[in-house]
Amino acid sequence: MTVASALALVLALLLVSIAAWTVVTRRTFAAVEGFVAYGLLLSIAWVALNAIDVALTEAAIGAGLTGVLLIGAAARLRTTEAALSAERPGAPLRGLAAAASAAVAGAIAIGVLSLPDPAPTLAPAVAEHLPSIGLGNAVTAVLLAYRGIDTLLESIVVVFALIGVWSLAPDHLWGGYPGPRQYADPNGILAYLARLLPPIGIIVGLYIFWVGADLPGGKFQGATILAAMWLLAVMAGLADAPPISRTWLRILLVAGPLLFIAIGFAGALTAGAVLAYPDGYAKLMIKVIEAALVPTLTLTLALLVAGAPERTAPR
Amino acid sequence: MTVFLDIFTAAAVSAGAFFFLAGSVGLLRFPDTLSRLHALTKADNVGLGLVILGLLPGAGGLLAALKLVVVWLLVLLASAMVSQMIARVARRGGSPL
Repeated sequence: MTVASALALVLALLLVSIAAWTVVTRRTFAAVEGFVAYGLLLSIAWVALNAIDVALTEAAIGAGLTGVLLIGAAARLRTTEAALSAERPGAPLRGLAAAASAAVAGAIAIGVLSLPDPAPTLAPAVAEHLPSIGLGNAVTAVLLAYRGIDTLLESIVVVFALIGVWSLAPDHLWGGYPGPRQYADPNGILAYLARLLPPIGIIVGLYIFWVGADLPGGKFQGATILAAMWLLAVMAGLADAPPISRTWLRILLVAGPLLFIAIGFAGALTAGAVLAYPDGYAKLMIKVIEAALVPTLTLTLALLVAGAPERTAPR
Repeated sequence: MTVFLDIFTAAAVSAGAFFFLAGSVGLLRFPDTLSRLHALTKADNVGLGLVILGLLPGAGGLLAALKLVVVWLLVLLASAMVSQMIARVARRGGSPL
């Protein structure tokens, strides 16, 4: 056995054990910890498979952002957790749930295992036409040129998710500030970090967005880092999230997807198909769409973490 | 020359791995939060520093080597900050959830 395959085996065993731990542990917070560790290990597995783009997304969104959302949820559920554990469903129901989960996992396993070897792939076709788009990163080409409709819907779905979070607000707080006002010692360690890290983080976030055209990276990963920097300042009490009724905020939240849709439909006139780009302008169009999506995604992801409005808006 | 660099890389990365191992053992074996934090942050910071030091000759260029050093500095910063905050909660007698 080579060193590489031994490492892959250890990684796979760790992944399966952490996944099992996340499912069987009884404490919500421990399950969240398991989920975050699972996401970070999974991103190492993606690196081992040379899928750096996926690894970046998994680390930023899967482990990072989702982890923060789940920690927030676990913290909120803590007061009711004992009561919930007491009314544990009976053995038949749990058995049924286990059987259903096992059946889904089994069906996926059969699907994966019954793929022909080598698996059908469009990778050579993508690589062949990459120069005509002008991008160096095949993943970005697939996401924004070949499967643009998926990315468009994805960028709309996150805005819908935010509307879903906002809709949890009671009527009298609608339009108010999201989440509680955070206070931290202005000379404390958190405020220090919130002053020190954002200049570095903003540059890294913008760089990861920009470099996505030619190297692993992209708008989602970059926007997550930018959102994290903003949330850091909010959590340290140095900044506050805007009330959700602000017009500029709402314009920015829909600007990215709207521009994507506009360029998509313009493609019907200039390039003969919706979401097609005119010859020679593909890279430009893709970067314009991505640049417009960065503020939208940054705000959406940060506000998802900030949560539903909990304070009234100023008159 | 390359042989010496390879030996340097192997030695530094192995030493780094040893620090990681020691830190993990400390995390599992030490009795309370503060000493566990002590084991973890000290050992991991030195461990990662040694791993990165060992990788520098093979980084393939000054820019890539500088990026590796920046990664180490950022991890130092993050782990110092986070362990301070965890320690503060632990001293107040609370448990972080």
